[in-house]
Amino acid sequence: MHELGIVVHVAKTLTELAEENNLKRIGSVTLEVGEVSGIITDYFVDCWNYFKVRYPLLKDCEMKLEIIKGINYCTECQHEYEAIRYGRICPKCHSEHTYLKQGNECNIKQIEAED
Amino acid sequence: MRVIELHKSVTDSNDRDAEILRQQFESRGILLINLMSSAGSGKTTLLERTITDLRNKVNIAVLEADIDASVDAERIEALGAQSVQVHTDGMCHMDAGMTAEGLKAMDLEKTDIAFLENIGNLICPAEYATGASRNVMILSIPEGDDKPLKYPLMFEESDVLLITKTDTRPYFRFDMKKCVERVRFLNPDITIYPVSAKTGEGMEEWENWLLEQSEIIKGKVK
Ligand SMILES: Nc1nc2c(ncn2[C@@H]2O[C@H](COP(=O)(O)OP(=O)(O)OP(=O)(O)O)[C@@H](O)[C@H]2O)c(=O)[nH]1
Ligand SMILES: [Mg+2]
Ligand SMILES: [Zn+2]
Ligand SMILES: [Zn+2]
Repeated sequence: MHELGIVVHVAKTLTELAEENNLKRIGSVTLEVGEVSGIITDYFVDCWNYFKVRYPLLKDCEMKLEIIKGINYCTECQHEYEAIRYGRICPKCHSEHTYLKQGNECNIKQIEAED
Repeated sequence: MRVIELHKSVTDSNDRDAEILRQQFESRGILLINLMSSAGSGKTTLLERTITDLRNKVNIAVLEADIDASVDAERIEALGAQSVQVHTDGMCHMDAGMTAEGLKAMDLEKTDIAFLENIGNLICPAEYATGASRNVMILSIPEGDDKPLKYPLMFEESDVLLITKTDTRPYFRFDMKKCVERVRFLNPDITIYPVSAKTGEGMEEWENWLLEQSEIIKGKVK
């Protein structure tokens, strides 16, 4: 259950942030999630909603997700293409010398909070 | 309500915990190794053979991580080595916090090398730093030479790749040259040892690497 592990880390980061900034309540957290990060977004939000109620700081905190597209880059022909659609092999020159340029992220972008 | 911008990876807090644990172990002269691979590729078997071969040279302890069950820890203990089993309650990877917790349950006074046998999974263990000084991964012959293409991150994050079960090569279509090429494209600095924990082929090279790394970590303390 990969999503629960991430939820724990998000909660930990927000708790630390709240202590540093004297926040009483966090109303929302926005995450940037890569298309090929392996995170199942529906499940992720369910995990969050299940987990957050245990913490007064987070119990009303809505999780908002922004999806980052998965883009591969081919080092042979410099072509950029959709990672999900074509996978590891470059659709233009069929090289396997490609790497993921973006789409594996899971970043905490911002929160909305009350002092 | 006010907006606070963070722009932090969710693994940031884990990276910090991992760095603290790594420094703790290195200051004690203990080499902590994170051993990763997919399920059943031969992590425990490799550890059994390594512990047996190096019995008179170094003291090895193993932290076994599994979603459930304690069979792996029992296998290590049967060899007279120290082993602790942690259960991750359904979670598919170990992070630095869980690793630190598990290691607390061990008596590492006489330990030279501590292994973390991570959860059998080629994907997310690679995304979470554990606090180990070295990452070692296993790819076994039956899994196929295309795994670096499908699961690049673990190959990128590892210091050593052990290509195991080499005794089974006659039964599988595994292109060693192609596999090594694919791995080196992802990670030019990786050290690769083909081994068989069954016949012992290649084990000496791997074990020499291990002894060498242990000396490096001990050297840092002096
Ligand atoms: N032929 C052959 N079989 C091996 C070798 N190493 C391991 N095996 C077999 O592979 C199977 C799995 O080995 P384990 O050591 O339990 O694998 P593991 O990675 O620890 O498995 P999990 O902890 O469940 O992820 C067992 O049947 C072993 O006997 C090898 O070098 N050669
Ligand atoms: Mg095992
Ligand atoms: Zn995971
Ligand atoms: Zn191309």
